[in-house]
Amino acid sequence: MKNKFVKLHDMSLRDGMHSKRHQISIEEMVAVSTALDAAGMPLIEVTHGDGLGGASVNYGFPAHSDEEYLNAVIPKMTQAKVSALLLPGIGTVDHIRMAQACGVSTLRVATHCTEADVSQQHIAYSAKLGLDTVGFLMMAHMISADALLEQAKLMVSYGANCLYCTDSAGFMLPEEVTEKISTLRNGLPDNVEIGFHGHHNLAMGVANSVAAINAGAARIDGSVAGLGAGAGNTPLEVLVAVLNRMGMKTGIDLYKIMDVAEDLIVPMMDSPIRIDRDALTLGYAGVYSSFLLFAKRAEQRYGVSARDILVELGRRGTVGGQEDMIEDLALTMAKENATAETVSATG
Amino acid sequence: MSKKLRAVIIGPGNIGTDLLMKMLRSEWVEPVWMVGIDPESDGLKRAAEMGIKVCAEGVDGVLPFIKADDITIAFDATSAYVHAENSRKLNELGVTMIDLTPAAIGPYCIPPVNLDALSQSDIQNVNMVTCGGQATIPMVAAVSRVQAVSYGEIIATVSSRSIGPGTRANIDEFTRTTASAVEKVGGAKQGKAIIVINPAEPPLIMRDTIHCLVEGEADQAAITASVHDMVGEVQRYVPGYRLVNGPVFDGQRVSMYMEVEGLGDYLPKYAGNLDIMTAAALRTAEMIAQKLAEASAITA
Repeated sequence: MKNKFVKLHDMSLRDGMHSKRHQISIEEMVAVSTALDAAGMPLIEVTHGDGLGGASVNYGFPAHSDEEYLNAVIPKMTQAKVSALLLPGIGTVDHIRMAQACGVSTLRVATHCTEADVSQQHIAYSAKLGLDTVGFLMMAHMISADALLEQAKLMVSYGANCLYCTDSAGFMLPEEVTEKISTLRNGLPDNVEIGFHGHHNLAMGVANSVAAINAGAARIDGSVAGLGAGAGNTPLEVLVAVLNRMGMKTGIDLYKIMDVAEDLIVPMMDSPIRIDRDALTLGYAGVYSSFLLFAKRAEQRYGVSARDILVELGRRGTVGGQEDMIEDLALTMAKENATAETVSATG
Repeated sequence: MSKKLRAVIIGPGNIGTDLLMKMLRSEWVEPVWMVGIDPESDGLKRAAEMGIKVCAEGVDGVLPFIKADDITIAFDATSAYVHAENSRKLNELGVTMIDLTPAAIGPYCIPPVNLDALSQSDIQNVNMVTCGGQATIPMVAAVSRVQAVSYGEIIATVSSRSIGPGTRANIDEFTRTTASAVEKVGGAKQGKAIIVINPAEPPLIMRDTIHCLVEGEADQAAITASVHDMVGEVQRYVPGYRLVNGPVFDGQRVSMYMEVEGLGDYLPKYAGNLDIMTAAALRTAEMIAQKLAEASAITA
């Protein structure tokens, strides 16, 4: 493993949008991306938290459009490439065309881990445009390694040259990551890269990323100071330090990325990115990390515990994108609580 | 009442079969032919068992029988790719086409919103939008008929089992067509549509969320009354159409949370998304039949 090159992929400006309620300013986007570029980060994702076309009541309207962010960031990059995320069902191939015109080099098409076949038109289109095309299988803890491989093979057949095992809920432990990444590595052609995207809800972001690398992953997602949904993504400055200790190569200057974390990202945070009881519940119950702030808002508005909402969402098998379920469920739970109180008052 | 309209169903898959079962109960429309392309298909065999004439040579195979069998209406449950040709051939013979594909050659039809207006005109092809559109656009219209809607957004969550390979391969068709109909039929100035597919077992019943951003202060009483009236209209043909929560008022935002349970004719009850399409298509045909009956009563 010594001297192995691992490509790190920054999520601060895409997954980080969730924790900023999609309100990152153009100035912040440019400041963070140019600092990351200078630190040697090879790939930076810039999109609404829910991908291209995510601007909505359901997921939140961003401070600026995807196009404005991409046009502000891409011309300023000296060595870093920029990627965009797209979830079929939310964004369309029209968004891919726009992102390519803005100059993105990498397009990542994300589906729930069992629904890869909704990505055919988007992956095929991106590959045809000559983009580095990534299949991104979300909530991968919900299925077996073999089932994940079957879905990954579909995305490869559509034209993806890189496949991700995505731990959207921050639920996985290192053994599971090892099994899933090994299964993908052994089951997919050698020219298809494998990637891992972690969340830090059980504090496993770094350990899971190391397990993924040891099992054959060549790309790892993370964000600076963890800025991302839930308890954040794998903290990149920590991962860089760990990979340095292991003798691996990332091309990233450790002190510079530490400074990005301390001087730029931490001051941007609306609240500290930490494993509070609700973020911990995401990881423990296997719930999509970007539900966190929606559940906290529902708690404030309807007086139902965010933790109870998140556990119920997990029990119902909700998947990424079902943010609309949160207010609906909170209303139903509030009604049930009111009924229970009336019953106990009369009884 | 006058004699029933005689119909052809093209596409003996899940949708076509469910439509056939509903049509067998109709007082206004009578299924005569089921058209497919594979003589061995289960759908054609089922139709034959139900006493319907079957044709395995596609639309061309049934064209010689249209006049003799007095066919006046056709339902296309195939795909957007072949719909245009199917429609052209049948229109030439005077058959009105109800399009359940995303082809959308003709105007969009959401029965409780614009069927009345459409059936006044001499239209040869109407499009049933999408399942998500049928489930949500009535609610957008319920708000926009009270107060201007600057933005309408719908989120349809459907069970993985209820979404076939055609929809999966062309999911952009769903978002584009639905968003466009949220504007054109729902009355929102800007429309947005999102679809989420959920693989949970047992399969979840179709869920739909509708968010409208209204202009000016929301008239809560009038919007709430309008929404409840519209739910009642949809329930006339989809009894399992339910308002679970809402309307919720939050500044400019008005939100409705719905659940759509199907009748379980051929498709399982959780597949309310498919049921609302077949029910809306049949309702459209029945309304056309009623108008024709009224017209002939007047001329007679």
